[in-house]
Amino acid sequence: MPKLKLDDLKKIKEQVLKDTSLRTGGATAKVTVHMGTCGIASGARQVMDALMDEVSQSDRQDIAVTTSGCIGLCSEEPIVTVELLNEEAIRYHFVDPNKMRQIFKRHILEGEVQDEFVMAKGSEHSN
Amino acid sequence: MLELSLHILDVVENALNAGASLIEIELEKDTARDILRLKISDNGSGIPKEMLSRVTDPFYTTRTTRRVGLGLSLLSQAAEQTGGSFKIDSVHGSGTKLVAEFGLSHIDRAPLGDMLGTLMSLIVGRPEVDIMYTQKIGSNEFVLDTREIKDELEGVSLSNPEVIKFLRKNLQEGLAELGSI
Repeated sequence: MPKLKLDDLKKIKEQVLKDTSLRTGGATAKVTVHMGTCGIASGARQVMDALMDEVSQSDRQDIAVTTSGCIGLCSEEPIVTVELLNEEAIRYHFVDPNKMRQIFKRHILEGEVQDEFVMAKGSEHSN
Repeated sequence: MLELSLHILDVVENALNAGASLIEIELEKDTARDILRLKISDNGSGIPKEMLSRVTDPFYTTRTTRRVGLGLSLLSQAAEQTGGSFKIDSVHGSGTKLVAEFGLSHIDRAPLGDMLGTLMSLIVGRPEVDIMYTQKIGSNEFVLDTREIKDELEGVSLSNPEVIKFLRKNLQEGLAELGSI
């Protein structure tokens, strides 16, 4: 039966704990991919996949990746919300894997909001 | 939806929004009976009895953000169009269990698709939830229990770049070793 190599995880944990002991730690960026039925049917999983790929290629351990449900704007999907520490939340619409990679590199890593993809700025609550 | 793995992601996201903290997914390829069986159970808030018969009605939803509820109706349709079946049982307050059977070799059966992407999305995107995934083909099976992973990581984030690389590589190898559905 195929099995996960849990010993490798132990090594990752030890390395991460060693690295984070040198810094203050904690997430400074949170990226949420909205995964309602509408988002999934529009390509949200592929967007999430591109996001995880970018995170895994970066050296940043302070980025939290998360998913959440539909916010009622189904025709705008896939929707991604980026929250950087001490900055207003930015909600992007019609995101695809290429746009996600651009948002990751320019906005999340360099702080430059990608205005051409923005749907809304500021906090909005999803139901 | 074009892939069964997208239906699985959708149903599990529904369950998570219903407050589930443990999701069990079992996918079994039964070649002898020509059936692909999907079982998903959760410990979420469950569905009240009076609503259970309406969950596959696409124009019924408890949401206030929109007026349609497509997830379970799309899954039941995907199963039934292959000569299969869809059953859902729920106890209000203690969880829901669904079983969808697909005609394995039926021409209209959607491919499983990117199950790795679905699992990665659930594991990394919903770190607060425990997921147990079993994929069976004949007498071989692949089992993933995120509780084991979290125990080993002792608080290290599942969004950590090295953890994402590890999960992707190991899941890819495990599923490939088991064989395709």
